[in-house]
Amino acid sequence: MSAAAGTTVWFAQHESRLVWRDWLSVITAGRRDRLRVVTIGIIAFVVFMHFVAYWVVGPYAGAAIDKQTLLTITTSALLSWMLMISQAMESITRAFYARSDLDLILASPVDSNKLFGVRIATIALGTTLMALPLAAPFIDVLIARGGWRWLGAYGLIVGMGVAATALAVGLTVALFRVLGARRTRFVAQVVAAIIGAAFVIGLQVVAILSYGTISRTALLQSKTLLALAPGLDNALWWPARAALGEILPLGAVLAASFALLAAAVAFVAPRFDTYAITAAGVGNASVVRSRRNAFRERLSPRGALRRKEWILLRRDPWLMSQTLMQMLYLVPPALMLWRGFGEGGSALQLVVPVLVMAAGQLAGGLAWLAISGEDAPDLVATAPVPPRFILRAKIEAVLSAVAIVFAPLVAAIAITSPWHALVAVAGIGVAAAASTAVQFWFRSQAKRSQFRRRQVSSRLATFAEAFSSIGWAATAAVASASLWLAIAPAVLALLVLGGTYSLSPRANNVW
Amino acid sequence: MQHFAPPTPAALEIHGLVKRFDRPAVDGLALTARAGEFYALVGPNGAGKTTTLRMVAGLLRPDAGTIRISGIDALADPVAAKQIVAWVSDEPMIYDKLTPREYLEFVAGLWCVEPALATSRTETLLDWLDLAPHADERCESFSKGMRQKVALAGALVHEPRVIILDEPLTGLDAGSARQVKKVLRERTQAGGTIVMTTHILEVAERMADRIGIIAHGKLIAEGTLEELRHRAGTHMQADARDGGSLEETFLALVAEPAEAV
Repeated sequence: MSAAAGTTVWFAQHESRLVWRDWLSVITAGRRDRLRVVTIGIIAFVVFMHFVAYWVVGPYAGAAIDKQTLLTITTSALLSWMLMISQAMESITRAFYARSDLDLILASPVDSNKLFGVRIATIALGTTLMALPLAAPFIDVLIARGGWRWLGAYGLIVGMGVAATALAVGLTVALFRVLGARRTRFVAQVVAAIIGAAFVIGLQVVAILSYGTISRTALLQSKTLLALAPGLDNALWWPARAALGEILPLGAVLAASFALLAAAVAFVAPRFDTYAITAAGVGNASVVRSRRNAFRERLSPRGALRRKEWILLRRDPWLMSQTLMQMLYLVPPALMLWRGFGEGGSALQLVVPVLVMAAGQLAGGLAWLAISGEDAPDLVATAPVPPRFILRAKIEAVLSAVAIVFAPLVAAIAITSPWHALVAVAGIGVAAAASTAVQFWFRSQAKRSQFRRRQVSSRLATFAEAFSSIGWAATAAVASASLWLAIAPAVLALLVLGGTYSLSPRANNVW
Repeated sequence: MQHFAPPTPAALEIHGLVKRFDRPAVDGLALTARAGEFYALVGPNGAGKTTTLRMVAGLLRPDAGTIRISGIDALADPVAAKQIVAWVSDEPMIYDKLTPREYLEFVAGLWCVEPALATSRTETLLDWLDLAPHADERCESFSKGMRQKVALAGALVHEPRVIILDEPLTGLDAGSARQVKKVLRERTQAGGTIVMTTHILEVAERMADRIGIIAHGKLIAEGTLEELRHRAGTHMQADARDGGSLEETFLALVAEPAEAV
């Protein structure tokens, strides 16, 4: 039954339909005939995750309510909450800047405040729904082994999703007011990414500096931190107590979260149209002048293509931030490296695979931009250059960018251990080449601005890229200790690549 | 002994061109455009115009048929064919983060134009298309018309012998459209060949030396406007037959059963 037009319920129905169809499109990569396969895949993944969760959290299901338990739950929740805020900030920024239906809504005679209120609530729902499937296996295992009290963890997830959205709305609006519409789009997306990564990296950095290990557990189980933690009855533990099923803290967390969201809706919804109109007023870009001419010197077609790739990357701060954000995860291993000087090879055995993994991921992103994210595909395809030349130039641009990023780190390793540096160079090269190859096999024409969606265009390519990077990282880790033993993970990585190649679409109509 | 001048190859010769997707998009199409000619390809939506031109530009591989550009077999030697062809689509594909000047010199680099020559041609084209005041601004802030002019300048910077244009006037304001038409006319006067699809029949009527009408993937009529009027004569009113517009001629011809010329 459809609600009366223009009412909040009617808008909610409209938004739900859009969200559902968008989600369906993302999950099936736009192909409805894949729905069955995707459903089976999701079920298999959920079952698998329950086994993982049993192994990870099973032993803690019967934990007593002490400082150690509360600290572990609070930290884990905080970690997830940071990611939720990051996700919600991205959604809010998109809602402000995407023109999709705003022109229609703002030009219509309906009360748009209702729609914007509903839209913010939908973002809260989306943020929560994104977190629930990931948390569910862990919570289910805790319930199965520790009893019904762990049901409270589901309530905590809902509260966290709602509060994260409220905070993200506040942060984005604050940026909007302080920086203006033009800068907010870029800054908000970078802030969102940093928030998502900062907490986990921060924990690792503190753990390395304090205990010389990259593991967060060492920090959370340290006597120093437990001594600094507040008493059991402190309100700081309420979210953790809510997860443990205590009714009063759970009610308080949920009430506070929904109150925050209600305040955000009441404050922002009436101003949403102003923000949206201001955001539209800045257009897609401001006038930027570039006097330096990068193409004036004599360049071969390959040289021109390489130069073009580097210039486009350099001039797109958002794209560069998205790509280099992966480099943030290199901070902890770099710190390990710093501490590892003079301690022999043990720390390096941990650092080398991390570098190899990061190189694979970075190369995957850059390769997508160079191979698939071509804004003028017709121009490049009609150039009098054999397609293999074009491809080679783009691959050179990717691999040289990866080399520039990793060269200083490898040089630092070489001072301590030339052998580890050699393994790192080989691993980085192979992982980067493998990710580039995966992107080449699964290339599909897209605008560079669609970078964010590259991972949903082919799930297989995304997983293949990740598993290949993991495989080469494992190979590098084993090779650091024994070259012969490294054959096994290398063969596995090659099998991943072989399987991926056999499943890839290789039809190419351009000649 | 009598000397004969070697026969000049046609700028574009297409024979038996076939491309099937779910259904035949181009079905045994044949056409010829002469050097220095402005050839307009018109037809209803889905007739196969864009598919044909994309195959000529090397963006799509035909299932069957031959394409020769200034005597070069474009299927056997695509790189040589591409050297003398330029392609401009209705949706200008340029790099937002490059300036028009950088874009033109990048295109010149792809076509191996000498840097000094590329610079001088760039300046000429920027002036010619009124882009000079914006030559050092990034294209991301440009309107559709300005982007289309940048794309057109890119097509001209390597001085191609054959320019393939797919609906180049779509979305342009009157002033920009007039500028583009002037530039194209000058190219043909300089000996270049233009092959263009358009929905704007008035443009084809005024600018084209010859017009090809395509329907259901086949060329159903080809010739000057006069020849087309004559061909369509039996289907038209007497007053329309004598000086009727291309629109009337076109509608009369596409109403005929599809058959190759």
